[in-house]
Amino acid sequence: MATISLDKVRKVYAGGVEAVKGVSIDIADGEFIVLVGPSGCGKSTLLRMIAGLEEISDGEIRIGDRVVNRVEPADRDIAMVFQNYALYPHMTVYNNLAYGLKNRGEPKDEIDKRVKEAARILEIGDFLDRKPRQLSGGQRQRVAMGRAIVRKPAAFLFDEPLSNLDAKLRVQMRIEIKRLQETLGTTSVYVTHDQLEAMTLAHRLVVLNHGRIEQIGTPLEVYEKPASTFVAGFIGSPAMNLIPVKAKDGRLHLESGEGLDAPDGFGAEHALLGVRPEDLQVDADGAENADALSLRMKVIAVEPVGAESYVHGRVAGVVDDVVVRVPAKAEFSAGAELNLKASRDRLHVFDAANGGRLNG
Amino acid sequence: MVENRPWLTFISHLVLIIGLAIVVFPVWVAFVASTYDPKSMLSGVVPLTPGDQFFQNYYQIFVEGLSSAGAPPVGLMMVNSMVMAMAIAIGKIAISIISAFAIVYFKFPGRVLAFWTIFITLMLPVEVRILPTFEVTAGLGLLNSYSGLTLPLIASATATFLFRQFFMTIPEELSEAARIDGAGPLKFFRDILLPLSRTNMAGLFVILFIYGWNQYLWPLIVTTDESYYTIVMGIQRMVTVPDSEPLWHVIMATVLLAMIPPVLVVVFMQRLFIKGLVETEK
Amino acid sequence: MQTKRITFNNRWLPYLLVAPQLAITLVFFIWPASQALYQSVLREDAFGLSSEFVWFENFETLFDDPLYLSSFKVTLVFSAGTTLLSMGAALLLAVMADRVIRGSTFYKTFLIWPYAVAPAVAGVLWWFMFNPTIGILAYTMRQLGYDWNHTLNANDALLLIIIAAAWKQVSYNFLFFLAGLQAIPRSLIEAAAIDGAGPQKRFWTIVFPLLSPTAFFLMVVNIVYSFFETFAIVHATTAGGPGQATSILVYKVWRDGFVSLDLGGSAAQSVILMLIVISLTVVQFRFIERRVEY
Repeated sequence: MATISLDKVRKVYAGGVEAVKGVSIDIADGEFIVLVGPSGCGKSTLLRMIAGLEEISDGEIRIGDRVVNRVEPADRDIAMVFQNYALYPHMTVYNNLAYGLKNRGEPKDEIDKRVKEAARILEIGDFLDRKPRQLSGGQRQRVAMGRAIVRKPAAFLFDEPLSNLDAKLRVQMRIEIKRLQETLGTTSVYVTHDQLEAMTLAHRLVVLNHGRIEQIGTPLEVYEKPASTFVAGFIGSPAMNLIPVKAKDGRLHLESGEGLDAPDGFGAEHALLGVRPEDLQVDADGAENADALSLRMKVIAVEPVGAESYVHGRVAGVVDDVVVRVPAKAEFSAGAELNLKASRDRLHVFDAANGGRLNG
Repeated sequence: MVENRPWLTFISHLVLIIGLAIVVFPVWVAFVASTYDPKSMLSGVVPLTPGDQFFQNYYQIFVEGLSSAGAPPVGLMMVNSMVMAMAIAIGKIAISIISAFAIVYFKFPGRVLAFWTIFITLMLPVEVRILPTFEVTAGLGLLNSYSGLTLPLIASATATFLFRQFFMTIPEELSEAARIDGAGPLKFFRDILLPLSRTNMAGLFVILFIYGWNQYLWPLIVTTDESYYTIVMGIQRMVTVPDSEPLWHVIMATVLLAMIPPVLVVVFMQRLFIKGLVETEK
Repeated sequence: MQTKRITFNNRWLPYLLVAPQLAITLVFFIWPASQALYQSVLREDAFGLSSEFVWFENFETLFDDPLYLSSFKVTLVFSAGTTLLSMGAALLLAVMADRVIRGSTFYKTFLIWPYAVAPAVAGVLWWFMFNPTIGILAYTMRQLGYDWNHTLNANDALLLIIIAAAWKQVSYNFLFFLAGLQAIPRSLIEAAAIDGAGPQKRFWTIVFPLLSPTAFFLMVVNIVYSFFETFAIVHATTAGGPGQATSILVYKVWRDGFVSLDLGGSAAQSVILMLIVISLTVVQFRFIERRVEY
């Protein structure tokens, strides 16, 4: 068990591409941190730098009290689970688990004890004599995790470990990883591009974009108070609606003419108003209310997803479709005009110029 | 096939059988010739059915050799051929797999130069640089030795490329996982790369064994001592005996014996052979 | 040039790993080849005591020498004959083997083994069968009214080595043609059949065009084979004769170097042969690159 701390870590590739642009994170002992972001945001590079598979161009990484910048991966006391599992195809499951321990010169009976223990925890005891190709995707995934836990490392590193599984198995393995991490209490860093995986697993999320941290926080903090339009768009599905507004005389005006009172201390002239689909209500009378946002939307399509439906529509002055969550039994048809309302305390205000959050 | 045309199928079989007959016929004739005594060979055309001298002829060439035939016993020549073929096949595989490992898994100054130096050997078959290569070998004192027979043929661009190609298809994560598991380069090579290369090595071995066994020009010029003759070149020595008719029954028996090992390898390791053949041409 | 994303760090190990291969390459390949280049512009006196730099004189002499030019011609005829004969026969057999369902493994096994036969052995086998006094084929031809004698007749001798060289190479071509045929999707053939194309039409309009990359590749391989790997066939049988009728280039370079001891001339021939191999290799690699793009 150990803390991990990253201090202004940078990665510049030989060609001059800067993949990670000065990232600092302090990870507490036993914490489950998820690095999330779109592809190319630098999350995998960051993880691989912690693992020692990529050189650190600048900055410092500590595991426990030790600076590990120049330490070989094998000596960092970490274990990694790879996206394609990277099981040794010619070795049995048993030997896959034991290989790292053998290389460390552990005594035979200790290796045996730990392999059996890991196999018991992950319920792969029946497959120990098989080769990886004889296993299903889910079983391989368990073996890959087994290889990490037999080592009893200071930290687990996960590199998109569930992205090769089908949807159902992914949910199941997600729960299992969470349970396992809680039981073992091992500090974990987990990389994914799937925001749902990130939300459900993380103690704290690190949202990355273009090699920079956009926000660090608990899943609820990030969801409730996204620090930027990027985070607002990335976390939550369907994504938050962003509506351009102009500030004038202490009020925010939509292009269609409706307006509402600006939040306290609001200074910018151009802003983006963010509202999540579940915070918009269909309002029958459509009366204007200074304390709430009102919109008129023309329905384009309705997507029923079972428990609820999402209504997509156009609002004057907004480029992207606006999405509203409605109860499944509500029926709307394309072409209908709807009045929408969102209460003021559910609104997010962002600077239109740099995407930063403006309200508290 | 798409439609059922019995006569077309019949013609196909017929053509294949004729082709097969043409392929097999020379060997049959050789076998027949090897079962007669020398006298009946001089009295006109070779018959098409075997004679009764099979055991006698083969015993004679295998064990005693024929001083008048101009070559040592076939048994000795076959041992030499076996040594040469095995040394070439194993040597080529060994030095190629380690150089491919270096080129793929290490970055070091001179890496590209090393790659191209190996590549150039593709363009220099022994036939085109024969005289200077002979001079070098003679200068090193390697004439009439197993090292002289094998070392100059042991560099292989083809095998190096094959292994390089194969290593490139091994997922990067495998070496990363090995590194995290505490395996250094040599351990990774021994525990992961070598076992994974097994079928490639086997396929290559079949091709290279045949290549080594069938060498002709090189053994011809580096051996003058009969005890280093290989069987394929020994046949030539028998064919060109001065001032007399070649001893056909002996020559044909030797020819058959010279064919047997590589042909057996091809027939019984057909899958590996085809794999090796296809991959060395990529 | 590519390496793995992750590479091992070690200062001396990679050099140690490439050392054996490089040592052999330098001593037995690069050095001799450069010696050939060097000697090709020198002339030694009759006793080998002194040598003199003569620029391209050796090459000029070579191209003025009718024997060398005729050797070139012989090689071209031999190469073309061997390539055509072995590829034609192999294609025919491959198409037939692709058609039959029953016994195809059997045919395959019995057609591929000549690959394992040494060129020298192949040469001696056919040489024996065509032997003017006791050879069964020479006898048959005599019965048919043709007096075969490759020890006297230049055309007979050339034909003999072409047959022997092609016989050995059929198995190789057969395997690649068969693989090429089996790689053609069945659905394509079926679609053509539904479009009303009979077996023959299908072959020429669908199968043959799709097979042409394989055919081109095999053509290069066969030319390389007939240029450089057939020394043994000539040396073990006709020894270049009668006269110079079967003295192909690789045979002549050996003979001039080892028998006539004409160092400069042999070296110049080596250099020309190297140029031929290099250009054939380039063609082959160009082709492979193109094939990869498909």
